[in-house]
Amino acid sequence: MSKNLRVQTSKFIDETTNISFKFNGKTYYGFKGDTLASALLSNDVHLVGRSFKYHRPRGIMTAGSEEPNAIVQTNNNTALTEPNVRATEIEIYEGLEASSQNCWPSVKFDIGGINNFLSPLLPAGFYYKTFMWPANFWEKYEYVIRHSAGLGKSPKEPDPDIYDHRYIHCDVLVIGAGITGIMAAKTAAKNNLKTLLLDEKTELGGTTIYQDSDHIKINNQSSSAWLENEITELKKLNNLEIKTRTSVAAYHGYNYLLARENLTDHLSNNDKQNKIRQRLLKIRAKKVIVATGSLERPMVFNNNDRPGIMLSSAVKKYADYYGVATGQKNIFFTNNDTAYESAISINNKGIKVEAIVDIRENPNSEFTKEAENLGIKIYRNHTVVDTHGYKKLNNISIMELSKDGQSFANSNIITLDCDCLGMAGGWTPAVHLFTQSGGKLKFRDEDQVFIPNKYPSDQVSVGSCNGDFELDEIINNTSKSLKEFLNINKTDFDNLDVQCPKDKEIRNIWLLPSNKVLGKTKPFVDYQNDATAKDIKLALREGFKSIEHVKRYTTTGMGTDQGKLGNMHALGIIADTAGIKVGELGTTTFRPPYTPLTFGTMVGRNVGEYFDAFRRTPMNDWHIENKAEFENVGQWKRAWYYPQNNETMHDAVQRESKAARDSAGILDASTLGKIDIQGTDASEFLNRVYTNAWSKLAIGKCRYGLMLNEDGMVYDDGVTTRLEENHYIMTTTTGGAANVLGKLEDYLQTEWPELDVYLSSVTDHYATASVCGPNSKKILNKIIPDLDLSDENFPHMSFKNAKIDNIKCRVMRISFTGEHSYEINVQANFGKSLWEKCMDAGQEFKITPYGTETMHLLRAEKGFIIVGQDTDGTMTPIDLQMDWIVSKKKYDFIGKRSLYRSDTMKEDRKQLVGLITDNPSEVLEEGAQIVANTNPTPVEMLGHVTSSYYSPNLNKSIALAVVRGGKNMMGRKLIIAMENKNINVTIVDPVFFDKENVRLNA
Amino acid sequence: MFLISCPYCGVREQSEFKAGGEAHIERPKQPTELSDGEWAEYLFMRKNIKGIQLERWNHAHGCRKWFNAVRDTTNDEIKAIYKMGEKPPTI
Repeated sequence: MSKNLRVQTSKFIDETTNISFKFNGKTYYGFKGDTLASALLSNDVHLVGRSFKYHRPRGIMTAGSEEPNAIVQTNNNTALTEPNVRATEIEIYEGLEASSQNCWPSVKFDIGGINNFLSPLLPAGFYYKTFMWPANFWEKYEYVIRHSAGLGKSPKEPDPDIYDHRYIHCDVLVIGAGITGIMAAKTAAKNNLKTLLLDEKTELGGTTIYQDSDHIKINNQSSSAWLENEITELKKLNNLEIKTRTSVAAYHGYNYLLARENLTDHLSNNDKQNKIRQRLLKIRAKKVIVATGSLERPMVFNNNDRPGIMLSSAVKKYADYYGVATGQKNIFFTNNDTAYESAISINNKGIKVEAIVDIRENPNSEFTKEAENLGIKIYRNHTVVDTHGYKKLNNISIMELSKDGQSFANSNIITLDCDCLGMAGGWTPAVHLFTQSGGKLKFRDEDQVFIPNKYPSDQVSVGSCNGDFELDEIINNTSKSLKEFLNINKTDFDNLDVQCPKDKEIRNIWLLPSNKVLGKTKPFVDYQNDATAKDIKLALREGFKSIEHVKRYTTTGMGTDQGKLGNMHALGIIADTAGIKVGELGTTTFRPPYTPLTFGTMVGRNVGEYFDAFRRTPMNDWHIENKAEFENVGQWKRAWYYPQNNETMHDAVQRESKAARDSAGILDASTLGKIDIQGTDASEFLNRVYTNAWSKLAIGKCRYGLMLNEDGMVYDDGVTTRLEENHYIMTTTTGGAANVLGKLEDYLQTEWPELDVYLSSVTDHYATASVCGPNSKKILNKIIPDLDLSDENFPHMSFKNAKIDNIKCRVMRISFTGEHSYEINVQANFGKSLWEKCMDAGQEFKITPYGTETMHLLRAEKGFIIVGQDTDGTMTPIDLQMDWIVSKKKYDFIGKRSLYRSDTMKEDRKQLVGLITDNPSEVLEEGAQIVANTNPTPVEMLGHVTSSYYSPNLNKSIALAVVRGGKNMMGRKLIIAMENKNINVTIVDPVFFDKENVRLNA
Repeated sequence: MFLISCPYCGVREQSEFKAGGEAHIERPKQPTELSDGEWAEYLFMRKNIKGIQLERWNHAHGCRKWFNAVRDTTNDEIKAIYKMGEKPPTI
């Protein structure tokens, strides 16, 4: 059955290199240079997919990135699989496997096709309207709908390909290498501007490169021969970089653009190995020349979607560029001269053109005459009213139009046999990138096109994307624009002799009339989403007026092709129906990317361990060697717990917590933020940023400080030590370090520039080991024998400079566990040796390394808060029952005034309390909701659990919670309402262990 | 992503900077003298202009300096840059 429809050798196709590929499991052959679409067409395969909603058979519509129908899945069931790839853009390679999407069990027999017959039941908004009731059924509906919706399948394994990013800076970026792009790039580069030329296709030259008409000439040469010569000249220029297979995805403000460069997709599986597949180019261009061309419009009539119905420009490209006949009996259907050029061209290649159906009343250009001379029958003032053929077009019915084009001159129906219909509905300038950049469009009424009007940055649109469609005006206007834009006197293209005798007349009818009532027809506007003209009219009848709303309701323009073909018709039909002008209606917003990007391209090399930067402490290797489990805290990898002998996390944490209180524990505290503060006003500065008083802190002493936001809410906390008269070191939470520094800098630079204070982040400069427990003093004494550790010389909350061997260290006697403990800080590169020394010295006391989980448990036993766990940006120090840390004497500090706002002074704010469970072995879930009664519903929520642990030192479950008015609810019984049970709890003081702080000085 | 000319470092990408909201909202010198309403005005109320806006920017991943910018919020065009403490230029 498979015929070879390769009609003519083409210089763009290498017929000496045969390539085999599989489509839907069957092996086919094509040539090097073919796209999947051209290769399938050469094998007479038109049916490539099923439509989204009605599952109608669909064929290849276009020859470019605007393709709505021929979207396929490549390399199915492998890690390399990719859905929604346009067959018109896939260059075939040895080993390519592609398959149809959206059909089951096969594209030829698709059960979903029943939707086509049910289509009267599936109007626009069907899903919105139908699945609303009963509301609680949505979850059941959703399962089925999700199953039948969606295009293609996403890969299930990590993408093995390599992707890359590259920055490019240039004087001039030219987007599109059609004839205007070539002219622009040559002019820019010859004027010593560093130029970058990009095109999404494989070859330079756009459509002109295969335009070979006796009527269209430049300097008496055929336009393709002239352009070929220009390209040869262009490639010799120095300051020009050319990238093909590169599609500009996004055009942002300040001439910042993103483009996807395809490097290996066209290579055989073997040649792809270990090469970068795609590269995201991040381009900063001083000037941008947009030469993106235009997209041919289809025509909107009944059953305009059958396989075999294509754009006329696609029929021409398949014949002239790929040497493939898209049909053996071709008919063109047009409203302008484009189809005639295509018809003559393919006719000259021996491909039979039966007729041209033209909706214009009396087309009469040189092209029309030549077509007639070639024996092509022209039906003037006729329109196609219907088409037939289920999996492939068989014939079309045409009728003569009335004068106004809205009905018919008579009731005669002519049936014409054909297997390919080329639609030529005029051209839509590709203004997508221009509008993405913020450009404003204007509507040109003569030929019903949106063209660029106001440029938001240093850019210009030239060629058909600017509304110049014929060669003579393209060349003349482009050379004029280039001179103005680049501020130069002449170009190579000022005095060309251009012949292009096309008739510029176009007769635009957005929705062509039918001999049936609209409800019985299927005039598709958006092919991919199966949105028809009647859906759009229905939306208008139901009250949708804004184009943006109609788009969402009907899903017009919301497919992977983003409505590149049908959007203008949707606008036209809305305007006609509502009785307004298209120009007044405006367009929907074009958003990046212009064509879909792979996720791989977006992330580039930032995958796996490079997805986000990790920070590791100098002791990290030791933690790994000792089998620590890690947790992420900010960007830090912190030791979480150290399981021994297959311990569970719970068991490990219980053991570590007990050991720290019974003998000695050691924690890697290097990740805490450290800010070095110097200057004569350092004390005053601390007074202003912390809630408590700092001016009287003696040199060598430490103090805990709480920092608020200006709204009075707790922001960060930590211990700050006065090292010298004008020198402090502040510690912050691990996650808050960068933000605290930023906030302090902000106040210093903008509110208090008069203060003599300098801040420097030294978090990474020091490694910190915190040794705690009743034996910590003995351990420290072994490491630093010279240091007098007596309470008189070195009391709690004080600091000493010391030396371990020759290594300088700062030792702070501070505690986050409630135990007697020391924090030893050394220069970061001595961190691991400090840690090992502590471990050696502590061996006889069974010193136990503990991680963040044990730290959290130990501090919870003491009722110490963790900012960000027990607070959430809505807690004041008063809410935390930390009134003691808020100075009443200080005139001002950040957030002070807010503590006296009526809202922050309310008695029934959520306040921090302790909770114990009636059943001491029951551990609460953090985040669990707290209620007083479980009736009546809705139940009033009083608060939630913020921290919860089983305390091995108290042998019971403990929790911290925030409860509305909790401060005055000591002893109250409350309920934690879980999914399957209620847990009874009692509100207690948040300090569970060693309330008198005896152990700190033990 | 727009380009911002840091007055200390020169033109850099927006990703190096942190936006700091509306400029010239001075922290009251004597907050305790203010009514709840006056304090709330300082604390919460921002203009969020569509058009020319004076705003604070910080070269967070550069010199860490704060400065002011005059930006058209409709198209992100930065009309002028001036240092902290300087008067805004007339645009």
